[in-house]
Amino acid sequence: MTKFIKMLAAGIGAMAMMIGAAVADIKPAVVYDMGGKFDKSFNEGVWNGVKKFTEETGIEVMEFEVTNPNQREQAMQRMAERGATIVLGVGFAQADAIAKVAAEYPDVQFSIIDVGWLDAPNLRQYVFKEHEGSYLVGVAAAMASKSGKVGFIGGMDIPLISKFACGYVGGVKSVNAGATVYQNMTGTTPSAWNDPAKGAELTKSQIDRGADVVYHAAGGTGMGVIQAAADAGKLAIGVDSNQNGIAPGSVLTSMLKRVDVAAYETFMDAKNGSFSAGLHTLGVAEGGVDWALDDNNASLVSAEMKAAIEQARADILSGKVTVHNFESDSNCPY
Amino acid sequence: MSTTLPRWIDIGVLPLLNILAAFIVSGIIIAIIGENPFTALGVMLKGAFVYKGALGYTLFYTTNFIFTGLAVAVAFHATLFNIGGEGQAMMGGLGIGLLVLALDAVVPAFLLIMLAIPVSALMGAAWGAVPGYLQAKRGSHVVITTIMFNFIASSIMVWLLAGTLMEQGQMAPETRDFAEGVGLFKFHEIAGMMGIKVARSPLNLSFVIALIAAFGVWVLIWRTRLGYVIRATGHSEKAAVYAGHSPQRIIIITMAISGGLAGMMALNEILGVQHKLILDFTSGFGFTGIAVALMGRNHPVGIIFASLLFGALYQGGAELDFEFQTITREMVLMIQGLIILFSGALVYMFNPMVERLYHRIVGPEKGAA
Repeated sequence: MTKFIKMLAAGIGAMAMMIGAAVADIKPAVVYDMGGKFDKSFNEGVWNGVKKFTEETGIEVMEFEVTNPNQREQAMQRMAERGATIVLGVGFAQADAIAKVAAEYPDVQFSIIDVGWLDAPNLRQYVFKEHEGSYLVGVAAAMASKSGKVGFIGGMDIPLISKFACGYVGGVKSVNAGATVYQNMTGTTPSAWNDPAKGAELTKSQIDRGADVVYHAAGGTGMGVIQAAADAGKLAIGVDSNQNGIAPGSVLTSMLKRVDVAAYETFMDAKNGSFSAGLHTLGVAEGGVDWALDDNNASLVSAEMKAAIEQARADILSGKVTVHNFESDSNCPY
Repeated sequence: MSTTLPRWIDIGVLPLLNILAAFIVSGIIIAIIGENPFTALGVMLKGAFVYKGALGYTLFYTTNFIFTGLAVAVAFHATLFNIGGEGQAMMGGLGIGLLVLALDAVVPAFLLIMLAIPVSALMGAAWGAVPGYLQAKRGSHVVITTIMFNFIASSIMVWLLAGTLMEQGQMAPETRDFAEGVGLFKFHEIAGMMGIKVARSPLNLSFVIALIAAFGVWVLIWRTRLGYVIRATGHSEKAAVYAGHSPQRIIIITMAISGGLAGMMALNEILGVQHKLILDFTSGFGFTGIAVALMGRNHPVGIIFASLLFGALYQGGAELDFEFQTITREMVLMIQGLIILFSGALVYMFNPMVERLYHRIVGPEKGAA
């Protein structure tokens, strides 16, 4: 009898511990950057992931949008102080802040998107293989182009954007080795992310030189790229989120960078107790980058084109094709 | 602005009435979106003063506002309206950045810090003196030119930070970190050395420098010849000329002092916290300085209190965003905007009303007592 009671007590104790671990202790938080969570791009992508997590689990996520550079560190510190168990940072601008706060709160888990150079035992970092996604849309561009000339418009001239450009060129050249790729960067300052007029101008000039498909990796500037391509009856390729619907019939496809996957995965892992620190690289294989096919562009994507893109994706997955990462050696071999 | 009210009402009661009005309107709006305004106020106060490190942040922002508020006030005593605080602060920061980046490998940290303080002021002063010169010698209105100089300063910063000064191998438009030790002491560090544990916050020695600057401005304006001439020029340029002073010279000097004070704001942000030159570190503090000066009645003591209020709003406002899902940062901005509106733009709205009330109670003759 006493043995039975002991076992029962042990069982109840174990169960209570399990419940405690699974339910009580997750308190997620996210710190959006200056763009704000409805920026139609990067931050909003994260928000979509957060929303999905909340809808599926019913767990509220604490949110904060910073308005000046000092608030990054403060916000993360505040989240930790308020009992957050997992804090997600958004964008490379928050790298310094999260490194400091993660060191100060070793018991709290941290995660950051688009940063891959930090090192802390309680910090997970996400980087994306944008070059792989760009390669896929490069294949699409080369298939859709009649002139054999395609364009690329980047935002600010930084290595990250050259990474997009290089993967894209690789994809184009894999289909048509003799194709010409015109490349322009909008500028060298952050304002290059939000200059649709200049984006439209650059697009027109590329179209004048014969380009009939233009891919942009330029944030808000891309609205001008898509508009100019649509006005000229040519095709544009969107970036980050699915932009096919911005000008239906004129956007060939979009290169999807699934920051929502990173956000969702971070919180889900934390909830399930499977959170681990370290570098997470999301490429085609992990569902981190992809190309967009929906009703808006179904008529633009021929069966042949679709097959070619899927083949390219399969080749990347199988390792038959390795897309060159510009950031690895600051050089583009294509 | 002429008033028949005693000073304690002018500098005490009226600003409080303005804040009260702003809080009432904000409270109504918070009630409309479905939150309890008193709870919100409590959260804000707690966020500004109570929780761990809150006071440090509040005083940190206060420091910014003291510098920019003083800058506006000094110019205002000569009836000059310096709207160029943003640009002058940026140039102050640029001065610090260039100095430290150029010399931190060879010059000891302490010496560099001692140099950085006058350099920030000198760069800001230069950026203020040019519009002053244009006003004095060419008649280009200082309001227009200082605004234009904000854009020029901002463009220079972008050009340098996205170009030659940008640290290689990363994405953000900012310079490399300053060498170890080149930075103003933080209060929690000082307290830590003395064995007192204080929550980490960005509050640093700039706060003390700001208070010294406030005292300096008081001495300058009310206890020196130059201050007297500045005020005389402000009251009546002709009288100043008659007394043998050159208003042109005074305008340039005043704008330089004003710019120098704004430039020192960069001490707090760049040398105090960031320890590297970044873009947009001024975050609008230069403009808010106008409201701070108006509310503080252009007196250093008033400005310190007004800065404290704005610092508390800035810090406590962020706490609202943390606490309520419904109150976003745009809401917080709107509440801050209302307070600026009431205490800045509508600063004399209650003046006639209070005046009438006061004279009814005290009688018209004693008004000046």
